Amino acid sequence: MENQMKLTPPPQSVISTAAVRLESQSVSIFYGEKEAVKNVDVSFKSNTVNALIGPSGCGKTTFLRAINRMHDLTPGARVTGKIMLDGNDLYGDGIDPVDVRRRIGMVFQKPNPFPTMSIYDNVAAGLKLAGERNKQKLDEVVERSLRGGALWDEVKDRLKAPGSSLSGGQQQRLCIARALAVDPEILLMDEPTSALDPQSTSRIEDLMETLKQQVTIVIVTHNMQQASRVSDTTSFFYVGDLVEHGVTSEMFTNPKDKRTEDYITGRFG
Amino acid sequence: MTPTIPTPPRRSFGMNSGSDNVFRNIIIGLSSLVLVATVLYGFVLIVGGLPAFQREGIGFLFGLNWDPGKGIYQALPFIAGTFFTAFGALLLAVPLSVAAALFISEYAPRWLAGPVGSAIELLAAIPSVVYGLWGIFVLIPAVRVFQVWFVSVTGVPWPPTGTGLMSAVLILAVMVIPFICAISRDVITLVPNDQREAAYALGATKWEVIRFGILPYARAGILGGVILGLGRAIGETLAVTMVIGNANVIASTPFSSTATMSSIIASNFGEANETLRPALIAIGFMLLVFSVIVNVIARIVITRLTPVGTR
Repeated sequence: MENQMKLTPPPQSVISTAAVRLESQSVSIFYGEKEAVKNVDVSFKSNTVNALIGPSGCGKTTFLRAINRMHDLTPGARVTGKIMLDGNDLYGDGIDPVDVRRRIGMVFQKPNPFPTMSIYDNVAAGLKLAGERNKQKLDEVVERSLRGGALWDEVKDRLKAPGSSLSGGQQQRLCIARALAVDPEILLMDEPTSALDPQSTSRIEDLMETLKQQVTIVIVTHNMQQASRVSDTTSFFYVGDLVEHGVTSEMFTNPKDKRTEDYITGRFG
Repeated sequence: MTPTIPTPPRRSFGMNSGSDNVFRNIIIGLSSLVLVATVLYGFVLIVGGLPAFQREGIGFLFGLNWDPGKGIYQALPFIAGTFFTAFGALLLAVPLSVAAALFISEYAPRWLAGPVGSAIELLAAIPSVVYGLWGIFVLIPAVRVFQVWFVSVTGVPWPPTGTGLMSAVLILAVMVIPFICAISRDVITLVPNDQREAAYALGATKWEVIRFGILPYARAGILGGVILGLGRAIGETLAVTMVIGNANVIASTPFSSTATMSSIIASNFGEANETLRPALIAIGFMLLVFSVIVNVIARIVITRLTPVGTR
């Protein structure tokens, strides 16, 4: 049992009862000839927050961006293996990456609202892309998404103001609301708080706790306290390898691999 | 008992060094020279054109009658000619330029983008007299063929002469494309990648990324390129003079010969008499005024279009 632990999280009531939502099977990612992510098998369950940690250049962001097929846009990048969402291979034949990205939302490192659009239009952007024109429906979704992003109370009186007029932390919550508006099943977050002050960071961390009621979250973070605070499972990447994956509380108190231990105790990275 | 610590000698801050002041004065002197030249420019033109303004009054701007034989100089035909040609050229050039810029920056593979971009920039370096020659030997015959066909098919009684408004618009369009295209390409390339990714991550197709993420972000810069192209289209003289037909009337059809403010100056200044000369100078002054107005409007519009937080 002990040596299988590496890839299968040990049973823990909350997690073990949930169904596997997202699963990677032998995923390798190449930039040209360079193999940035090597043969990763990992699975994430429904309604959990899953942290990807590791030192810079370890492949965690590369892996995250493979999940919503962002590598399709990078010339020379190549993904092999399978990434399954509810049992369907996202890289399978006839799968439209546009469709994949509608079902798997993403929040970036730096808040990136569309600067020429109002707060309202930023949130509605994804719906309008999907062809929604009904004003009443749009109003409804914008409000629900902004509430989901814990931003509604701060902006409800100025929905017409430009999205870029908000503070950095508010902009990031706007981006979360924008991602939520298209009702994604998975939400990918690429170091979503690394550009924010501690107060905004803590608001977004609280938000993740609520968000996992409706989505499965995969978050890349450099901040191990953050990983331990917000996540249910943690995956430790090192030079392209998934070294260890497990329930966060166990991994931080009792890491199985020497490299994990060295990293989380701050010996390198 | 306590060891004495040597106090470091107090140092004073140096005054501005002398050479800095000299350089500062040189820079101020040179830049004021530019300002003085501009003011002088306007002054010389307004003084030289005054007799024409006095004789024609407001009719100089709004009268249609330009008759050197009778000594009547009303410049509306040329003002209209300048506006028709310049905006006609933009109407053709802007969509083409922005499309080319998008192709170079978003679609073309790198090995193709470089050469195509350089080729378009090269168009800007061709002297306008060469464009004029090309206009006479290539464009006008081609336009004439089209016009003959057009008249024969539609029966519209427009004179298929080749020279005229249409040729001027076409040649100006070709001449402003490199400006608008090069600037558009630069500002599109400068759109941060996170804007593209934000749109892609919402499930946008490539075209939607361009429409939602790229063009709105780049619109102020693209407009800057358009204004630069407009400036060139308003001011361009030689090539236009060579193909526009130089008739002192407002074009009544798209095929008609007409003239622009700059082409009437270029084609008449050589043999201008004592009454014609002030009228031409006055047109020159109006051209200056229009250029200033275009620039001021451009500045206002660009500032308003620039996304908040990226200024």
